[in-house]
Amino acid sequence: MTTARYWREVPQRFRLEAAKCSKCGKVFFPPRLICDACKHREFEGVNLSDEGEILTYTIIHTPPSNFSDEAPYAMAVVRLGGEANVLTQVVDCDFDDLKVGGKVRVEFRRIQEDGKSGILQYGYKCVLAD
Amino acid sequence: MRDVAVIGVGINKWGELWEHSLRNIFVDAALKAIDDAGVDHVDSMYVGCMTSGLFVAQEHLSSLLTDYMGLNPIPATRVESACASGGVAFRSAIMEVASGMSDVVLAGGVEKMNDLDGGGVTFALATAADQEYEAYNGITFPGLYALMARAHMEKYGTTREQLAHVAVKNHANGVLNPDAQFPMKITVDTVLNSVEVADPLRLMDCSPVTDGAAAVIVCPLDMASKFSKATPVRVAASAMGTDTIALHSRSDLTFLNSTATAAEKAYAMAGVGPRDINVTEVHDCFTIAEICVTEALGYFEKGQGGPAAEAGATARDGEYPVNISGGLKSKGHPVGATGAAQVVEIVKQLRGDAGDRQIKGVKRGLTQNMGGTGGSSVVHILEAV
Repeated sequence: MTTARYWREVPQRFRLEAAKCSKCGKVFFPPRLICDACKHREFEGVNLSDEGEILTYTIIHTPPSNFSDEAPYAMAVVRLGGEANVLTQVVDCDFDDLKVGGKVRVEFRRIQEDGKSGILQYGYKCVLAD
Repeated sequence: MRDVAVIGVGINKWGELWEHSLRNIFVDAALKAIDDAGVDHVDSMYVGCMTSGLFVAQEHLSSLLTDYMGLNPIPATRVESACASGGVAFRSAIMEVASGMSDVVLAGGVEKMNDLDGGGVTFALATAADQEYEAYNGITFPGLYALMARAHMEKYGTTREQLAHVAVKNHANGVLNPDAQFPMKITVDTVLNSVEVADPLRLMDCSPVTDGAAAVIVCPLDMASKFSKATPVRVAASAMGTDTIALHSRSDLTFLNSTATAAEKAYAMAGVGPRDINVTEVHDCFTIAEICVTEALGYFEKGQGGPAAEAGATARDGEYPVNISGGLKSKGHPVGATGAAQVVEIVKQLRGDAGDRQIKGVKRGLTQNMGGTGGSSVVHILEAV
């Protein structure tokens, strides 16, 4: 990954910065330029909650090449604060404890690294909250 | 708009084609389509390909292929809509003929996947997902469909065995297709005992990594007999729909809005409903996909795709015969070629040219080709003339 792209995505990866449509209230993560619901173009900045609920999950046994050392790992669609969904890893857990409806909390973690000399890439992962 | 007909089809034996390059795989299928139609010229060409850049480091594919077809200097366009590239190439050719811009147009698709190792293929395919918000965090395509499968199981009670029945049925169909990559009978236990890929999906829930191509020739229906001696098949409808490519951005993780939208438009365009379709080829990249697609096409109520698959409603002798070719699961899934190959199969069925796998009395067929987790879907309805 290039430094420019990594830097550009920092507000979402580090701080969960989202945008709330100032007309209909729909929350977008990442922020958008036009609301897909009401077509309004003005938004207010909001931060997503770091508490959420698992909507569905999987255990990745066959990873892409850039995650080859990490399998098996769990991934889930998580609804944060009842406002917006993210797709994220769920870590530090026994896979048997995962369930739809399970409560999770966002933590700031390392996601990938570009070989031995590339940049370390950080972002959000979830841990079980119960 | 002019009525459009398919007058020629071509496909090759799919699989791990180590001896053949991308260009030769495509040219072989395209020449077969040209020979099948018996046309002496082609006015324009569309080729669907998802990511030759990542698979074999080759872009600018359209001109490379017209060159090796001996077709220069005709116009040529590469079309990309992930795994729906072939279907969208076919739709592009239809629109060019319908509009009156060209008379004889070749539409095809190709993918050469096996030159990369497994991790590389998984990475390349994951570029059809949202790169910044899905792939970045480590998701794979089997993983995305596994998320849909788990959601479907939770919401509707769909079972692991029902998913397996889709694979069993499609492999049984593939046995009758000489071009299929994996023409072998399997059982529910074969699926349930195969290695885990992305829980709850296992290896035998997934379509394979395939090299292959397919192509068709289209022309105005009223000029078909002028250009070709082949039996023409009428294009009754061509429709497309889109949706968020990020799965997590959808309000319903179990329903394919893009497919439902495309199907609704296609039925209206053809003046028919689901019950008027005699044979169907759908995008079963994973077993759960076929279940979700048959629901979005309106063949079954939401949540009933699993029980229907288990009861045999989509088998050769069922109410809705689905994936008679073997589908992506058994025939193979060279991603950019799949949509074109679906059209090849339906045309063969409508002409009565499908050999051992011919379904009797077929008047109308439907194809559904899908990109990503349903970020794009293209539906065609074809009719015997």
